[in-house]
Amino acid sequence: MAQSMNDTIFPPPLVEGGHSFGSITDAVCRIVEEKPTVGWLAAFGVANIGALMLLVSIAWLIWEGTGIWGLNNPVGWGWAIVNFVFWVGIGHAGTLISAILFLFRQKWRTAINRFAEAMTIFAVICALVFPGIHVGRIWAAYWMLPLPNQMGMWPNFRSPLLWDVFAVSTYFTVSLLFWYVGLVPDMATLRDRAKNKIAFWAYGMLSLGWRGANRHWSNYERAYLLLAALATPLVLSVHTIVSFDFAVSIIPGWHTTIFPPYFVAGAIFSGFAMVLTLAVPSRKIFGLEDFITVRHIENMNKIILVTGTMVGYAYAMEFFIAWYSASPYEGFAFVNRAFGPYSWAYWIMVSCNVITPQFFWFKKIRTNVTMTFILSIFVNIGMWFERFVITMSLHRDYLPSSWDYYAPTIWDMTTFIGSFGLFFTLFLLFLKFLPAVAIAEVKGVLPQADPHWEGYHAHHAEEASHG
Amino acid sequence: MADRKNWGMVAEFDNPARLLEAAQKVREAGYQKFEVWSPFPIHGMDDAMGLGGSKVPWITLLGGLTGLTIGFTLQWWSGSIAYPIVIGGKPLFAWQFGLPVMFELTILLSAFGTVFGMFGLNKLPRPYHPLDKIKRFKKATDDAFFLSIEAADAKFDLGGSKALLEKLGGKHVTLVEE
Repeated sequence: MAQSMNDTIFPPPLVEGGHSFGSITDAVCRIVEEKPTVGWLAAFGVANIGALMLLVSIAWLIWEGTGIWGLNNPVGWGWAIVNFVFWVGIGHAGTLISAILFLFRQKWRTAINRFAEAMTIFAVICALVFPGIHVGRIWAAYWMLPLPNQMGMWPNFRSPLLWDVFAVSTYFTVSLLFWYVGLVPDMATLRDRAKNKIAFWAYGMLSLGWRGANRHWSNYERAYLLLAALATPLVLSVHTIVSFDFAVSIIPGWHTTIFPPYFVAGAIFSGFAMVLTLAVPSRKIFGLEDFITVRHIENMNKIILVTGTMVGYAYAMEFFIAWYSASPYEGFAFVNRAFGPYSWAYWIMVSCNVITPQFFWFKKIRTNVTMTFILSIFVNIGMWFERFVITMSLHRDYLPSSWDYYAPTIWDMTTFIGSFGLFFTLFLLFLKFLPAVAIAEVKGVLPQADPHWEGYHAHHAEEASHG
Repeated sequence: MADRKNWGMVAEFDNPARLLEAAQKVREAGYQKFEVWSPFPIHGMDDAMGLGGSKVPWITLLGGLTGLTIGFTLQWWSGSIAYPIVIGGKPLFAWQFGLPVMFELTILLSAFGTVFGMFGLNKLPRPYHPLDKIKRFKKATDDAFFLSIEAADAKFDLGGSKALLEKLGGKHVTLVEE
């Protein structure tokens, strides 16, 4: 008891291993400066094969049309929308860590924010692929944008699909800017350590001549705070608007007001699982255990527990409202989800999303790195199935004569697996060429970064007595 | 080469506490064109240097208002003037359905204002700086803390400024050429 009280009053240090400013620089820059390891090259090779698979699948899709997918008449939206929502959702944890936890002054975020923001950007790139390619006539994809054209046409702003175009592209742009602003001082560090001309020029150009002047830091910190304040409502709006793609329609099982908060909770849930899936092996491979500590992992597991429980509550509430609404179509849609042809998917979803996170009530499991990794994989799977279950509401619409069963084709699968290839290709490039931990920010949370740190005063007093 | 002008003087300090103290004293000595350089922002340095608040928020506000205006005008004009088509019996324009796009564009242009405003106020990109010639200065992005005084400052004088920096605990006090 005394021990746990002590933990609460004096939380464990944010950075372990007794680091100095210089040793943080070394530990993070070493990853970039060393020659790529065999493991990295092997992983990069595999990821490249995946990315190539995505390219081939897209090329075949453009050549042949959406008929290569398993779409049928009632199910006009298949894996493309499932994958889109899956990837966008994953991105949300990155913004939550970088923006919302920043506003709440959660200093532990500094070790993982760079990492999580990179994940956000690459996940949103993967997400954007799907609406981009599923339009059918790919050469007309620019019709989604309000561009003046010789046909005198403008997009339909009454459609939630168009709101989504604005929401996701804004989200991508703002996340990229946020990430870049955070990277500038760290790329300046890499520039100043560069051993060869190419690295010097590349990091020099990217860091824009940042030298750490305090007048610059002053504007920089204000800009960073503002970006966090802008990204916070933005991230909540993005999955809200993604949920409007469904909720604004009149399909039973979709037309519900619980969708926006339920989607946002699910997005954060899945995103934190993905952060852990990536962070647990990376910290081991690159020796970042002093920065991404068990405390970080435990904190993230707590967020998974909270959001997972919210998601479970939403599943229950959907059923309650379906019954309470007394709409036979609404009631049927939910009974069909749980006991119809897709009941297998429904119960995978419930097991992975509702039961799995409950293990994190136990501190032993929360602080166990291996268990965290395994459970995070279950959450990733469960959240993909959640979007699949929601989308498959289409398969039995109002008219029984048009009911059908949707099954993916091989091209659906190669496109989805290929999107992981694209994601990991980008992620591995990031790990190798950019600082995976925010160097300047981590230095800023060391106790000796505070000019009023007691160590300096003791030192001072000693010098004064000698002199 | 003899007509090379001095840019100023730079000194290195042991730690953030010494740097903060030095900045305070240099300001109190009446210097204005001085700057401190550190690998991370130091709490309280803005006050020690006597800097006012950042102007970035004003540019953010300007960006946000521009975004909101564009979001409103684009949807209203394209839907009811340029291309009026009734879809699903909905009105040609209503602020309710216009909200998501207005919101997103407000955020987008606020973010542009914030980021480009910040770089603009900092006069970045700046590929060359006289301090780049000082080898030790490369540590400013690693673990060293510097204070520089520009020769353009009215109070700058070779002997006096050097003595002040050394008195404050500055090490490797170096003259920097233009």
